[in-house]
Amino acid sequence: MSGGGNRPGGFRAVALAVSWRSFHNFLTNPAFLLPALLFPLFFFVAFAGGLSAMSNTPGFDFPSGYTAFQFVFVLLQSAAFGGVFTGFAMARDFESGFARRYLLAAGRRGGIVAGYALAGVLRALVTWAMLTAIALIAGMQVGGEGVELVALYVLALFTNLAATMWAAGVAMRVRSIQGGPLMQFPVFLILFLAPVYVPLSLLSGWIHAVASVNPVTALLEAGRGFISGEPVLVALAFAIALTLPVLFGLWARGGLRRAEAAG
Amino acid sequence: MNSRRLGTQVGQLARRSVLRTLRQPAQIVPALVFPLFLLAVNSNGLASATELPGFPTDSYLTFALAVPFMQGALFSVMNAGTDLARDIETGFLNRLALTPLRSGALLSGLLAGAVVLGLVQALTYLTVGLIAGAELVTGVAGALVIVALAVSITVAFGSIGLFAALRTGSGEAVQGLFPVFFVFLFISAMALPLELIQTDWFHDVASANPITYLLEAFRSLLFEGWDAGALALGFGIAAAVLILGMLAASRALSARLVRT
Repeated sequence: MSGGGNRPGGFRAVALAVSWRSFHNFLTNPAFLLPALLFPLFFFVAFAGGLSAMSNTPGFDFPSGYTAFQFVFVLLQSAAFGGVFTGFAMARDFESGFARRYLLAAGRRGGIVAGYALAGVLRALVTWAMLTAIALIAGMQVGGEGVELVALYVLALFTNLAATMWAAGVAMRVRSIQGGPLMQFPVFLILFLAPVYVPLSLLSGWIHAVASVNPVTALLEAGRGFISGEPVLVALAFAIALTLPVLFGLWARGGLRRAEAAG
Repeated sequence: MNSRRLGTQVGQLARRSVLRTLRQPAQIVPALVFPLFLLAVNSNGLASATELPGFPTDSYLTFALAVPFMQGALFSVMNAGTDLARDIETGFLNRLALTPLRSGALLSGLLAGAVVLGLVQALTYLTVGLIAGAELVTGVAGALVIVALAVSITVAFGSIGLFAALRTGSGEAVQGLFPVFFVFLFISAMALPLELIQTDWFHDVASANPITYLLEAFRSLLFEGWDAGALALGFGIAAAVLILGMLAASRALSARLVRT
């Protein structure tokens, strides 16, 4: 039964089938679609709208303004939570027994995880399209050029993949939606322990110490550099962005082995 | 005699509601930890906001300490509603309907768990906030009023949870309300005072949002001093939400029992 390519049960066929079902469920079920679209939007509105006065604090000198400053955070946050929501979908499939049928049908079971990951990327693209459109309508200033903006979205893409792999690893170990908080809370924690509201240089105390060693800080600062056309920490951010999906991919592979062993 | 019987009915259900809440760490722990985590992060992340001209205090922690009380109240919507929804799903409400229990006793008793949770939350948030260095210019009397206000708001919001549970009969639907209430909190003067919100439409929405005035009632006690107007508005809004919530829940209960 093992095989690759497009043969039934092969890696690619499994990945495409799983991703299509997962993405179709996302698009056709308002209970899945609306939170994915509305949550980032509310965060964007609340942060960019409600906190715009923060750009007047002494030392805040982000050239593209507070809307762009917050847009990057919300983009990365939606990328990460898109991955977590994909983990929820996976856990739901395990709970309902559907994932067991996947395990029986797939020759190369890594295709199942790849399929969920692909669906997670497609979901994120839908969210980002809406978020970007709204930010531009709201008057977001973009100082970066084409390549820099592509780099920003590539960073978000890797963030999404890393979060999907993390959540998939949890989902396949717990195999129940009750594992939801375990998928969600660490992601929430690491995101909010970064410089969310002001640049790192304006943070002080323990939050500055924690944010300085938080890998999300480099992603955020590089992303903000891209959107303002003044790139910073590019090599570090991409090294982190490439490493995280690999590490969490190994975590997900371990989860898949556990799920296979559980039957 | 009748009032004694009503008291017994409320008492029995209140005891069950309180024990049920206390026996579910999954309800209590997130309601305590999540708001305190956000308080820790936001009070440090937004500390530089105190340098904005016109910011009312030099401690952002004190300013932000009002927020956990509101987040705690949002948890009470979920907890009260989810417990009742479970009673509906398991058929327990139908069995209660066969007894001579009055609907007022049922609803009041069910809110007892929210009262206890509100009390635990308020004492925890206030204690942690003061230990972390928040101000409380109104002293011990102010602390008592803060706890009273927090419990009032928790109970008021809990009544909305009861209404949602009776209306939908589904715990999942009640859980789905959480983001809606969270949006109300976000689009308020949660992070900055009204007068420092620069975006016009956001300022307008926050000005019309009752959550803003509940936050201001807490803040008046924390760093402004006794402000009868702010307190009257805070307690008034809590009372109005409770009355509306209980009326709506009462009607939904009648409709559900007729269907039963």
